[in-house]
Amino acid sequence: MAKSNKPVVWFPFAAGGTVIAFCMPVIVVLGFLAAVGRVPPGLSYEQLHAFASGGLGKLVLFGVIALSLWSSAHRLRCTCYDFGLRADTLIATLLYVAAIVGSIATAVFLLRI
Amino acid sequence: MSRRPLIREVPPATWFLRHPRYMRYMAREVTSLFIGAYCVLLVVAMQRLSAGPAAWQGFLEALRSPGSIAFHILAMAAAFYHAGTWFNATQKAMPLQIGEEFVKGSYISGAHYLVWAVLSVAVLFLAGVF
Repeated sequence: MAKSNKPVVWFPFAAGGTVIAFCMPVIVVLGFLAAVGRVPPGLSYEQLHAFASGGLGKLVLFGVIALSLWSSAHRLRCTCYDFGLRADTLIATLLYVAAIVGSIATAVFLLRI
Repeated sequence: MSRRPLIREVPPATWFLRHPRYMRYMAREVTSLFIGAYCVLLVVAMQRLSAGPAAWQGFLEALRSPGSIAFHILAMAAAFYHAGTWFNATQKAMPLQIGEEFVKGSYISGAHYLVWAVLSVAVLFLAGVF
């Protein structure tokens, strides 16, 4: 049977696409409110820190960020290809490594909280 | 007589300008740039949060620059466009059959929109926006 690494790349991509679709708009809206100076109470240090201190909060934050990173890396790879950058192996390696590094960094930051 | 296979030349970087359908596809592709950049911002946010109250306050203040506001507006447009196109695609990606009949595509996409709305309102409520 032909072996393929596609499912490994595809599963987090599809999961990440779903997570981005459901969660990213509201996250960016919260960030936008903070950017225009109407910081939502949930983004205050006390409340967000309390949320990230719990196991569930850590899991939610890590899940959303890591899956979104991976999905974005995969989509950016396709976007580069579609814009005529055909050095696919190089671009794929750079983007996937960036996504993995970002995910590990997120985990480390969350565990410090 | 020599065989002359049909070779269609496709310009690698401008092919999508030929058809509105390709343009819409690429518009969706481009949203990944903003969403990817926003993910990086979220990683930075986690670092700032873990560094203590002063660092977090500095992060919130840095968000208030005009460039950040412009970026947030573009990222919001990208996030909503990605979400809408994703939910519209669900009816094609996972058609649902009950008995002999397929469930109407609009119901499948509609259910996604409904869950999205409920989830977003719940997050905004929990974050104390209203």
